[in-house]
Amino acid sequence: MNISRSVNARFGWRLKFNSGVVPLIIGISILGGWLLVAIFAPLLAPYDPIFQDAAVRLKPPSMAHPFGTDNFGRDVLSRVIWGARIDLQIATFGVVFAFVIGTTVGSIAGYYGGWVDMVLMRLIDVVLAFPFLVLMLTIIVILGPGLGSFYVAMALVGWVSYARLIRAQFLVLKNSDFAIAAVSLGYSHKRVMFRHLLPNAILGSIVFSMSDAVLVLLNGAAISYLGLGVQPPTAEWGTMIAEGQGFITIGWWITTFPGLAIVLLAMGFSMLADGLGEILGVRQ
Amino acid sequence: MNSSVPLLEVNDLVVHFAGSTMGLFNRSDQTVKALNSVSMTIRSGETLGLVGESGSGKSTFGRAILRLGELTSGSVLFDGVEVANGTSGDIAWLRRETAMVFQDPYGALNPRMTVGDAIAEVLTVHNKIPTAKLNERVQELLALVGMDTELASRRPADLSGGQCQRVGIARALAIEPRLIVADECVAALDVSIQGQIINLLIELREKMKLSMIFIAHDLAIVRRLCDRVAVMYLGRIVEEGPTDRVFNAPCHPYTQSLISAIPEIDPDKPLPEQLLGGEPPSPISLPNGCAFHPRCPIAQDKCRDSPVPALRGEDGHLSACIFSSESIFPQPT
Repeated sequence: MNISRSVNARFGWRLKFNSGVVPLIIGISILGGWLLVAIFAPLLAPYDPIFQDAAVRLKPPSMAHPFGTDNFGRDVLSRVIWGARIDLQIATFGVVFAFVIGTTVGSIAGYYGGWVDMVLMRLIDVVLAFPFLVLMLTIIVILGPGLGSFYVAMALVGWVSYARLIRAQFLVLKNSDFAIAAVSLGYSHKRVMFRHLLPNAILGSIVFSMSDAVLVLLNGAAISYLGLGVQPPTAEWGTMIAEGQGFITIGWWITTFPGLAIVLLAMGFSMLADGLGEILGVRQ
Repeated sequence: MNSSVPLLEVNDLVVHFAGSTMGLFNRSDQTVKALNSVSMTIRSGETLGLVGESGSGKSTFGRAILRLGELTSGSVLFDGVEVANGTSGDIAWLRRETAMVFQDPYGALNPRMTVGDAIAEVLTVHNKIPTAKLNERVQELLALVGMDTELASRRPADLSGGQCQRVGIARALAIEPRLIVADECVAALDVSIQGQIINLLIELREKMKLSMIFIAHDLAIVRRLCDRVAVMYLGRIVEEGPTDRVFNAPCHPYTQSLISAIPEIDPDKPLPEQLLGGEPPSPISLPNGCAFHPRCPIAQDKCRDSPVPALRGEDGHLSACIFSSESIFPQPT
């Protein structure tokens, strides 16, 4: 109840304690754990992640190298630990820009309606008409490989989901009494939209952004796998899987451990999304 | 303020909502005729009760005159200024001079904002008070509506319906309006709380010289609170006059049946046998002539055949029944 009160006092979100608590706690623990790993990577990693030691190429897991070594003799555990930095960054920036753009566009479309809504919704239709991956790849190829291009692509492609979620909420909320009250009190459109409607509309998007982070993470891995994202020798889980796949029959550990890392981080986001949705009463 | 100009003058206000049922093959006219040529005057300091069944256009009227809904035609003069097709500057001015109190006390408040913040917001947006005195003024307003000032840090969900409605009134008063539109503002409350809120409104009206449009379907409350009453039926005013005269000597058969349907506390007094039957016709296809004739106990052929009867009468007591000058009603004793 103490948690409930303080969160309620801070955000005005009424928490219902039920089946959502367990996934929420697990999700926060996993993400918190990865965050600590990322922050303290220099202390935790036993070796330099890009140091190549020809003497220990393709060694299976052992006491010296718990996750084994890859074909260049690099320590896989160290690379997984350093990879957390890049992959957390991918999950965060891949979502944040899309979230901000989508929320703004969705608010404007839902609030003003009419031709503004028409134009913005047709724009969304255009983006949705392209297959997600094809559009993303096209943008990255045009801008040139690299994480910067990846973030731009995720923002340009990913905002549509947020825009549609927020717009649908706005369509309902703008006819509610408190919105009409705000208008009748002479508040500006900006104030009504962002101070009154948005705080009530955004919960669903916050929950969705957690599941979206999983998708972004996997996309980031896929892009790196295709050689369009993080460039070698930087340690990143998707890149590691791509590099290790040629040795899958003789060195399963090179691909398996970064794969498990992706799964674990994705699970953290997914659990957090589930727990948040359950507790905040948002149905997806 | 010019005292010879009425605070609010509404002339021939029409609000029609375009129908949304546009099938592929049948495009019938589905226009909902919510308000049909409504005229009304409210003087400064006066409280007007607006009564009628659900769907009679009361709330549409309340929202239309505050420009919270679209108007089809007609004029709305607030303090002599035309606001029906006014500039955005005129509308902004209207918003600073008027306020609305809503039916659902919880729904009218932003659930994510403390009630203190909600009141403070009005004061800051309209620069009513220097920031240093903001808290003091919020406390003052809460005290004015009889709220414990400690509740300022609560959110609507932590308060009762009556408390929320007091906050709604305090927020309306924060703007220092000259006209308040109260849309069924006690209908969602318990009877004892209703009484408290009504007394609060009466007290505030005296103290602040407010004009009020009180929209309600509870006639007993209207009788207690209002100087004048207007009775609406299917988007038209069918009777209008000073409260005591309308209640004691109703001229329109619709008003008559509404008043006779007020339940009495005395269990020995039976309800009248001739209660109004049926439901009002659809506002999409209004009946010819007097819109009330399909349900009227005294309707004759000419009620259907003649044009819509105009409001007429003397000494400010007007009625829209073609028989209203012929005294065929038994006057209640």
